[in-house]
Amino acid sequence: MQLEEQLRSKMQEKDILLMTHIVLGYPSLEVNREVIRQMVENGVDCIEMQIPFSEPMADGPVILKANQEALATGISVKDCLIFGAEMAATFDIPFLYMTYYNIIYKYGEESFFKNAAKTGIKGVIVPDLPPEIGQSFLEYADNNHVAPVLIFTPTSTDERMRELARHGRGFIYCVARRGVTGKKSELNEDFHQYLSRCQAATSLPLAVGFGIQDRDDIEALKGRADIAVIGSRTIKLVEAEGAAAVGPFIAGLR
Amino acid sequence: MDTNGFFGNWGGAYIPEVLYQTFLELREEYARCRKDPAFWQEYIELMETYSCRPTPLTHAKNLTKHFGGAQIYIKREDLNHTGAHKANNVMGQGLLVKRMGKKRVIAETGAGQHGMATATMAAKFGLDCTIYMGEEDVLRQRPNVFWMEKMGATVVPVQDGSRTLKDAINEAFRDWVTNVDDTHYVFGTACGPAPFPEMVAWFQSIISIEAHKQILNYHGKLPARVYACVGGGSNAMGVFKRFLEEDEVELVGVEAGGYGADSGAHAIRLSSDDASAGVAQGYKTMFLQDDDGQMKQTHSVAAGLDYVGVSPILTDLWEKKLVRFESATDDEVMTALDLTMKKEGIIPALESSHAFAGAFREVGSLSTEEAIIINQSGRGDKDIFTIAHAFDDPSWKEFIIERGKEYSNTDKQ
Ligand SMILES: Cc1ncc(COP(=O)(O)O)c(C=O)c1O
Repeated sequence: MQLEEQLRSKMQEKDILLMTHIVLGYPSLEVNREVIRQMVENGVDCIEMQIPFSEPMADGPVILKANQEALATGISVKDCLIFGAEMAATFDIPFLYMTYYNIIYKYGEESFFKNAAKTGIKGVIVPDLPPEIGQSFLEYADNNHVAPVLIFTPTSTDERMRELARHGRGFIYCVARRGVTGKKSELNEDFHQYLSRCQAATSLPLAVGFGIQDRDDIEALKGRADIAVIGSRTIKLVEAEGAAAVGPFIAGLR
Repeated sequence: MDTNGFFGNWGGAYIPEVLYQTFLELREEYARCRKDPAFWQEYIELMETYSCRPTPLTHAKNLTKHFGGAQIYIKREDLNHTGAHKANNVMGQGLLVKRMGKKRVIAETGAGQHGMATATMAAKFGLDCTIYMGEEDVLRQRPNVFWMEKMGATVVPVQDGSRTLKDAINEAFRDWVTNVDDTHYVFGTACGPAPFPEMVAWFQSIISIEAHKQILNYHGKLPARVYACVGGGSNAMGVFKRFLEEDEVELVGVEAGGYGADSGAHAIRLSSDDASAGVAQGYKTMFLQDDDGQMKQTHSVAAGLDYVGVSPILTDLWEKKLVRFESATDDEVMTALDLTMKKEGIIPALESSHAFAGAFREVGSLSTEEAIIINQSGRGDKDIFTIAHAFDDPSWKEFIIERGKEYSNTDKQ
């Protein structure tokens, strides 16, 4: 089943879905494995696994540091893809890769998407590849039935959103505010207007991320978005309290 | 540049979506400026009255005699206000910022020259200013930090990654995606997402427009070769641009050889096989990276050349064999600097000294009827701490030790 269908069938059962973010190799693949297990067992619906990059331009301090420390352990792209395949084979939820374009460019777009398809990865999020210069990337994604997830932001005009929606598959990732990952977002009236604009521009499910941190934030998104994305928050939690804290945290979110 | 910002296979605008609208506006404003002769006129007037344009072209007679080859001419970008070619780009973008009505500027800086120039422009135009600088560069270039702060800028030391130029660029982007509405990012070199490479090269082309006239005036014909150091590539593009129209002029870019091409500790992107095609910091070029696409550590005695990428315009010219690329090691650079000071009483910046070193290697084999131009992108006297350190100068060290003692005594009182 493809990503959008998979999400839609889950959306029938729950009033909002949860997507989480982990940085592969931070602090280690063993810890990643345990964190993912806890996430899945406590009801996470979809996980984006970030393949670390040395220049994570769109990430804030928490994920930036996680990228650097993962790379310092010597993790390679190949290690990440083997681990990704293992997760997709082990757990019955959709897994995505998130990474910067250079990682895919160096690996080879075609090989990357073939690998993803073969190993059961459902989608790819790349924050630094606008669709107008990503034609071959988008074609390989479609040919291999791996969803290229595109991003809406509060600075996107209605026209731009419609253009992005034309190329996006799976769902649209709506960035809650200007800036990088990690800081708390104000989910106020402006934000609600922005989400209505997002809804009007696409028929794809909407995920909202950047600064979603707790049960209240998720409650506030119900009825306005389909998927809530928890990113830096669980990375900080693992840093402070270890992998075992993730399960109870996730269980308390909905 | 094509509509997507590419020069041949290189360049583009690989930007986060949140910046899409800002880049659209920037591209439109830049296009309007290019079409408006009054804008260029305003730019020239500003540079003549605030900086020191036209900068001289100096006939280096003693160096010429020393090498016994072509006549050596030095284009004196060191005589710009703030001591480097960086002012050309910054003042141009300053005029653009005024037209766009933004109230705040940010910039990355490596050597500190671009940060200095941006802080100056912000003071003159009444803009808020934040400068991102790798922590390692803050240590290497302390005097520039002092001046930036004195001119009212906030200097943020960047502690991520290799703590040099590329990390300062990432951090400046993070600021920009957060504050897009009122902030302009004054990109410091002919790199980054379109339209920056072309726009920066356009402002810097003032160097070769002047030099072209000057050399015809003094030497009566075009130079055989033009030399420039290549960090991101802005001074090189500046001094090459007008001469690209002249087939008989050979253009030579000199990269930072650091401890040598085989040492792994250098910043040679185009004149060795160590770099490969990649996409980072918003554009596609030849990067010093590993097989996975992770950027490598670079090294140069010159902070301004110590960078993993290079202008996509230069990469295109390299691929089309319209510019030749060489490198000079730290040691060769110190020798060239020493010789230039002794023979001409001129102090090139460590960055610029790479162009001198590259030229000195070859100039003796050209006829005395020919001329070459070396672009002196900046002045070295502002680098006194780095240069004195690189020369391992005993009396300077003694002075610093004494001054250190004096300060630690006053602190204790
Ligand atoms: C004096 C001087 N020359 C050259 C450079 C290298 O930059 P570019 O290659 O853009 O001219 C710098 C950068 O800081 C510089 O300060």
